[in-house]
Amino acid sequence: MKGLKTFSKGGIHPHGRKNFTNKKAIVKAEIPDTLVVPMSQHLGAPAEAVVSVGDEVLEGMQIGKPTGFISASIHSPVDGRVKEITDIFLVNGMKSRAVVIEKTEGFIPSVKEKSDDWKTKSPQELNEIVKDLGVVGMGGATFPANVKFAVPKGAIAEYLIINAVECEPYLSADHRLLIEKTSEILEGIRIIQKIVNPKKIAIGIEINKPDAIDIIRRCAAAENLDLEVVSLKMKYPQGDEKQLIKAVTGREVPSGALPIEVGCVVSNVGTVNAVYDAVVMNQPLYERVVSVSGLGVKNPGNILARVGTPIRQLIDACGGMTGKQIKVIAGGPMMGFAFYDLDTPVTKGTSGILVLTDKEVAEAPQTACLSCGKCVTVCPMGLNPTKMFKYIDHSDYQGAMDTGLMDCKECGCCAFTCPAHIPLVQGMRLGKKMARKKKVS
Amino acid sequence: MSEEMKLLIKSSPQIHSRQTTSRIMWIVVLSLIPSGIWGVYAFGLRSLIVLAASIIAACAAEYLMGRLMSKNTLSDGSAFLTGLLVGYNMPPAVPIYIAVIASLFAIIIVKWTFGGLGANWMNPALAGRVFVFFSWTGGMSRWSMPRMITDTVSGASPLGFIKTGMLSFEGTATGPMDFLSIQGYPAGSYMDFFLGRIPGCIGEVSALLLLAGGIFLIVMKIVNWEIPVFYIGSFALLTWIFGGLGFGNGFFTGDVLFHVLTGGLMLGVFFMATDMVTSPITRKGMIVYAVGCGFLTFIIRIYGSFPEGVSLAIILMNIFVPLINRVTQPVKFGNIQKEKKND
Repeated sequence: MKGLKTFSKGGIHPHGRKNFTNKKAIVKAEIPDTLVVPMSQHLGAPAEAVVSVGDEVLEGMQIGKPTGFISASIHSPVDGRVKEITDIFLVNGMKSRAVVIEKTEGFIPSVKEKSDDWKTKSPQELNEIVKDLGVVGMGGATFPANVKFAVPKGAIAEYLIINAVECEPYLSADHRLLIEKTSEILEGIRIIQKIVNPKKIAIGIEINKPDAIDIIRRCAAAENLDLEVVSLKMKYPQGDEKQLIKAVTGREVPSGALPIEVGCVVSNVGTVNAVYDAVVMNQPLYERVVSVSGLGVKNPGNILARVGTPIRQLIDACGGMTGKQIKVIAGGPMMGFAFYDLDTPVTKGTSGILVLTDKEVAEAPQTACLSCGKCVTVCPMGLNPTKMFKYIDHSDYQGAMDTGLMDCKECGCCAFTCPAHIPLVQGMRLGKKMARKKKVS
Repeated sequence: MSEEMKLLIKSSPQIHSRQTTSRIMWIVVLSLIPSGIWGVYAFGLRSLIVLAASIIAACAAEYLMGRLMSKNTLSDGSAFLTGLLVGYNMPPAVPIYIAVIASLFAIIIVKWTFGGLGANWMNPALAGRVFVFFSWTGGMSRWSMPRMITDTVSGASPLGFIKTGMLSFEGTATGPMDFLSIQGYPAGSYMDFFLGRIPGCIGEVSALLLLAGGIFLIVMKIVNWEIPVFYIGSFALLTWIFGGLGFGNGFFTGDVLFHVLTGGLMLGVFFMATDMVTSPITRKGMIVYAVGCGFLTFIIRIYGSFPEGVSLAIILMNIFVPLINRVTQPVKFGNIQKEKKND
């Protein structure tokens, strides 16, 4: 397997366990009677509810409007009536306003018509649709997509890179989209191409998805789309923007800068699919594919669920839990959140629900740091996690910042590898928070 | 519902590699076992008693210090490993109390006065060995011949034999092997050294088994290859260039094979120099450190008054580790000023 690209620094090879779900076709989840739609489903300012209790809402109607430049619209996933507007806790432990919608009895999801109108629209108009229909990055960071696509004045997008790496273990939602919705994805890429106007388009796929690489290559050729399919060596965290850009183009995004600095715009496969749904199908982002997996769930699978569906329902749709579960996670196991309230709703960023057992978690008691240097070896950002952790442990936040704390993106390579089981990532988070609080820079 | 309430909440990452501190320690112990079995076979049951005494002393000291500091660290295996390494560094006929004192010094003084596992800045086992070597040099020089050699009951290790022998030697020898055969040293071939048919410390004589254990550790990704390779490499290179001068030969005539196979180099290179706690954390740093070890071992062995220099060289380099760490920090991602200049 010579000649495959990857990023150069650090990285780890966690047990992939993709086989639990990567052959399972996407199935539609049943729509529950009550949906809890949080107003904070994206990075940036939460949306503001524009409906009040008792209001009738329709599927796809805007119920939350963006409140800043980095914010996103929220739409109702069903026809129904607003039962209440309340505060809930999201999977990440943050509090959020949420609109609780009672579904109209006998609601049947509308069947949308495909339209080719977009070909006559200007890039600005298209990006406006992306914004109005609430499309955010579906890879997990949920950064508003229209902000990303708006190339700042003076900058040129040389590369549009489609992120189909899906390097987090267990998850196969993007993989399934590539296979089951190939032509939609390719059309979505054309739309983003029109908005961003890049010189080249590339799609990065790890070689554990040979079927996806194959089908994308064939279909792109058949549809005359000039798309470079880049097969990548398997390595976590290749799905991170900076690592993917490095792997595909060899360029390094400078510390603290955005990808556009090196002429790149990166978009996730899930986002491309959402852009297609928004622009071609006129469907706002109110549903997504969720991989439900782990040894703690009976029949792992990929489920297309409406935003606001309680997570419990997805687990039940997969046969329920085996009883051996010790952790439930939203997202991937490396960067996802452990949570305990299974009635927490699915949001735009819920790429996976993992029910993990003791065997997978591999918990062990924490010991003293051995200075083995493994964390330094695996850090994809070239940082010294053990040194930063010690600074933070001694409340020297300035020292930690000077060592590169803000370059840490909490990918978890260090903590995953640490034989002493030191909670390095937790330390980094604490350090960042304290540094912000104490206004250290 | 009650089942669900038992879910763990933790900061990401939510999964972990199978590696743990105690697993590392016990794998290192495992990789050392063959060499120890060889030592006990070669030098008799007496050496097993030495090993047991040093291990028990180390574990007891760890337990007591742990109690004193309200930590239970006995189960992480590090004290067992230290005790085992102290035992491996003892001559087979050493008085038992010396082995015990070496272990106690290693655990109590070198390890715990600095805060226990991870906080010591010097390899405890080596420090213990060096401490008793300078305090009870006589007791630490009681060598026995391995059972394969029947014509003598006791004698010095090859390196010691040459070091003392050369002082009064008036003939001419072309190199260490020639010198040994002229003087009638009982173990005279490279194969004897490689397999461990020579006098020496209990665990250090079989280069073959130590090499196998070391390679096992590299394969298990517990030891990075940088330290062993650069240590042996730099030492071999220097020995090859300058090692022949003492025998009246020119440059580039040193007997590399002889020096690599004798005097605990294998034990030091694979199991002491690579001690995680007392070696640098970056790959770059490890190379600097390993070359330093190789250089010092060469200096002490060829020019020093001690027959062998592995322990002292590693201990001296341990002292430099914080400094090496400081100057070999990793290069951050996105630090691309250099690349820009090249464009």
